Amino acid sequence: MLDSKIPAGSLEKKWTDYKGHCKLVNPANKRKLEIIVVGTGLAGASAAASLGELGYKVKAFCFQDSPRRAHSIAAQGGINAAKNYQNDGDSVYRLFYDTIKGGDYRSREANVHRLAEVSVNIIDQCVAQGVPFAREYGGLLNNRSFGGTQVKRTFYAAGQTGQQLLIGAYQALERQVALGNVKMYSRHEMLEVVVIDGKARGIIARDLINGNLERHFGHAVLLCTGGYGNVFYLSTNAMGCNVTAAWKAHKNGAYFANPCFTQIHPTCIPVTGDHQSKLTLMSESLRNDGRIWVPKKQNDTRKANDIPEEERDYFLERRYPAFGNLVPRDVASRAAKERCDAGYGVGTTRQAVFLDFRFNLINKYGRAEASKQGIADPDEGTLIALGKEVVKEEYGNLFDMYEKITGENPYEVPMRIYPAVHYTMGGLWVDYELMTNIPGLYSLGEANFSDHGANRLGASALMQGLADGYFVIPYTIGNYLADEIAVKPILTSHEAFETAEKKVNERISTLMNIKGSQTVESFHKRLGKIMWEKCGMARNAQGLQEAIKEIQQLKKEFWSDLRIPGGTNEINPELDKAGRVADFIELGELMCIDALQRNESCGGHFREEYQTPDGEAQRRDDQFMYVSAWELKGEHQWELHKEELKYEEVKPTQRSYK
Amino acid sequence: MESRSYMEHYSMNLTLKVWKQKNADSRGNFETYQVKDISSEMSFLEMFDVLNEQLIREGKEPIAFDHDCREGICGMCSMYINGRPHGPWHGTTTCQLHMRAFKDGDTIVVEPWRANAFPVLKDLVVDRAAFDRIIQAGGYISVNTGVSVDGNTIPIERENSEKAFAAAACIGCGACVAACKNSSAMLFVAAKVSHLALLPQGDVERKTRVLGMVAQMDKEGFGSCTFTQACEAVCPKEISVMNISRLNKEYLLAGLSSEK
Ligand SMILES: Cc1cc2nc3c(=O)[nH]c(=O)nc-3n(C[C@H](O)[C@H](O)[C@H](O)COP(=O)(O)OP(=O)(O)OC[C@H]3O[C@@H](n4cnc5c(N)ncnc54)[C@H](O)[C@@H]3O)c2cc1C
Ligand code: SF4
Ligand code: FES
Repeated sequence: MLDSKIPAGSLEKKWTDYKGHCKLVNPANKRKLEIIVVGTGLAGASAAASLGELGYKVKAFCFQDSPRRAHSIAAQGGINAAKNYQNDGDSVYRLFYDTIKGGDYRSREANVHRLAEVSVNIIDQCVAQGVPFAREYGGLLNNRSFGGTQVKRTFYAAGQTGQQLLIGAYQALERQVALGNVKMYSRHEMLEVVVIDGKARGIIARDLINGNLERHFGHAVLLCTGGYGNVFYLSTNAMGCNVTAAWKAHKNGAYFANPCFTQIHPTCIPVTGDHQSKLTLMSESLRNDGRIWVPKKQNDTRKANDIPEEERDYFLERRYPAFGNLVPRDVASRAAKERCDAGYGVGTTRQAVFLDFRFNLINKYGRAEASKQGIADPDEGTLIALGKEVVKEEYGNLFDMYEKITGENPYEVPMRIYPAVHYTMGGLWVDYELMTNIPGLYSLGEANFSDHGANRLGASALMQGLADGYFVIPYTIGNYLADEIAVKPILTSHEAFETAEKKVNERISTLMNIKGSQTVESFHKRLGKIMWEKCGMARNAQGLQEAIKEIQQLKKEFWSDLRIPGGTNEINPELDKAGRVADFIELGELMCIDALQRNESCGGHFREEYQTPDGEAQRRDDQFMYVSAWELKGEHQWELHKEELKYEEVKPTQRSYK
Repeated sequence: MESRSYMEHYSMNLTLKVWKQKNADSRGNFETYQVKDISSEMSFLEMFDVLNEQLIREGKEPIAFDHDCREGICGMCSMYINGRPHGPWHGTTTCQLHMRAFKDGDTIVVEPWRANAFPVLKDLVVDRAAFDRIIQAGGYISVNTGVSVDGNTIPIERENSEKAFAAAACIGCGACVAACKNSSAMLFVAAKVSHLALLPQGDVERKTRVLGMVAQMDKEGFGSCTFTQACEAVCPKEISVMNISRLNKEYLLAGLSSEK
């Protein structure tokens, strides 16, 4: 039943063969075909722009006031590509292999190989658009390294890579808007998918300024609506990130895949108190130059700089000598948690470890700069001053951000960091063509479950979003739309639109009429707490069972005691948020069910019952080598469908970064 | 910005005078609110969260404001705080402003961006779609997906690439407009013109781009630039007014050659 539609043939040829044989739509027909793109992050903006260029009639939607503000803008560290510009042995195969291994052997070989293949085109495309990537003095593109790899393949623009890539895609999108190929709907939220005769044919969107509901037809609908990390309340995601669009698709029959695969990022600024509304990432690229440590003594209250070298435990370098500070995120996060739980944490809350730049400020950058400037025998102060200048260029904005938030100067004292929810590998189930199990409904970017298995490697989300939007969907959608050219645009007076709009309307009035006493925010916080404690960095069967009951209870309370101020036909952020939190509550339950079902540890999913004697994740390939794809059957009821994963190229082994 | 190695945290009570306006068609007014026990570790928007939660519990209308990333990068937050867009800290967005910038007993006045081209939609929320339309008028390089050459074919002088990056760091927040007595959008437009003019890829369209974007800026009702430099002083990304000089040069050259 679950057909991933992976093309036959050898791994390296699948995508080329597919492109050579897929159906095409001729230019005159493209003009008659309408496509709805929900979301204008890297995935949505690149898709909308590329499809507009091809001649399709595109409508694009986002809930922010401009497509340029999608959450992709916040990505910091970089984007991977198998260019091998550093001549350090990189190749398409190596990027493919690292991604499969990094994902702990829970992703599809064919998808990942395609991703690695098109990665090189992405960089060319972005450079042509004017994305100002970092460059060497010779004028060529520069690279840095990220976790889970031993080559330097990450392209970057200081600590603002996502911003620069998104601005590139946004500008391409605005160009298509100017040409009349794309119509943009900002401050609009999609609240329902319209399915007619089994095919996705449109959406219901709400104008967030006046509250009006709108009906939009499309021959196909693309959901590029990002990840659902905010189910945990606190995460590194932007405040508005949500699961609503994907969840509406799920409620209309689309399968939700691997919902429990969440990524906890090791280097984020720790929580300070109850007022906290979000957590801020300190890019993984900092692990290139920062060394992570805790004191060797438990409950050591000395300031970092007062703790001598021999009393510091560089626990990642100690446990994983081959990869050191550059182990993948799941591994680094768990190691930090282990140290803190054992009583070695630092800072007032003891829930933090140090990320220290001093060593590289002096030894790497300071010395290089000193020798460049011909300073013989520089003292430590000079080396630090010289090193600072270089570090400022590489990460200046991140250091500034850290200082603004904490009031501490990271050039002088080590950063305090702790793991935080960051990314969701799970998402809508899609086949090789990025189509969900509902024909004509696609999902791109973080919103789908595809390429990252149980753990995503750093700098691979930007790559996947742009691969999906620029280089995959323009081909795969043609293969579907070629058979749709005879379909005339369906009038939005069709009863399916009527029913869908009515459903949305009723839900909004139900929410508004609860008139209870508790705020949306308070429910969201409680959900987050359950998820973090019982479905977070470490999970066990008992905790998950408890969580499911607690979430069901929370849902009841939400629908009977919620208070939303204001009205429906005006700007009402509380109402917008209420709809999103209602969906998060349902998703939270499914995440726990999925985590409970997966009786193994893999990647970001760590079940305490399944670990090796030295505390590493214990996969159980004989039983769990599959994608779990959940079908909604009724309230609190889901049916599990399994997509078996077949490894033809790579031989799964226990992941080792030692 | 205030910075010490280990900050002492404190708590404060504040008076807030905030602009309330029902919608674009109604007239607004200031409302006064009291907030208590605000920690110096909170961000400015977290203080607003506390106030809004309090208002909802009291059965009152919360204050609408724009925000999303809360990391100083999406450009969505936009509060005019004590007479300054984004408040007292240099090079900082509203969301990155933290409460240690204030002390116990302070009164803080908060208004929306004010400019004809940015109509107020509700309370502190304004409509900045004019910025998107300016980009539509030429703020891009016309290259379709999939037709580009290898990224390293054209080396770019590191200095130019860095200058282009510095200009491209603009987050489109509109603080420059809000700070300008003429409500000029010159710094925003100049940042985009510079970003693309400094790169070889942007060279081909440099003339049509600057002419198109400036014409659209005028059409949207932004005022003219009298070079007061108020924009640079408040820009959270510290975009330099040097970009305005570059824009003027580009504009002049484009105008001259298009007269032929
Ligand atoms: C702080 C941070 C740093 C990161 N750094 C990196 C990095 O260095 N490298 C890397 O590879 N990855 C990084 N990531 C991950 C990466 O940024 C994201 O996974 C990626 O940008 C997601 O892109 P997207 O296009 O799928 O979704 P998004 O950019 O999240 O866009 C979602 C879009 O959907 C719209 N939307 C959502 N719901 C609706 C709805 N119901 N109706 C209408 N519109 C809707 C939104 O308006 C938005 O336009 C980082 C993530 C974070 C949080
Ligand atoms: S130039 Fe500065 S102030 Fe103006 S929109 Fe850009 S970032 Fe904001
Ligand atoms: S909320 Fe994104 S810049 Fe302030």
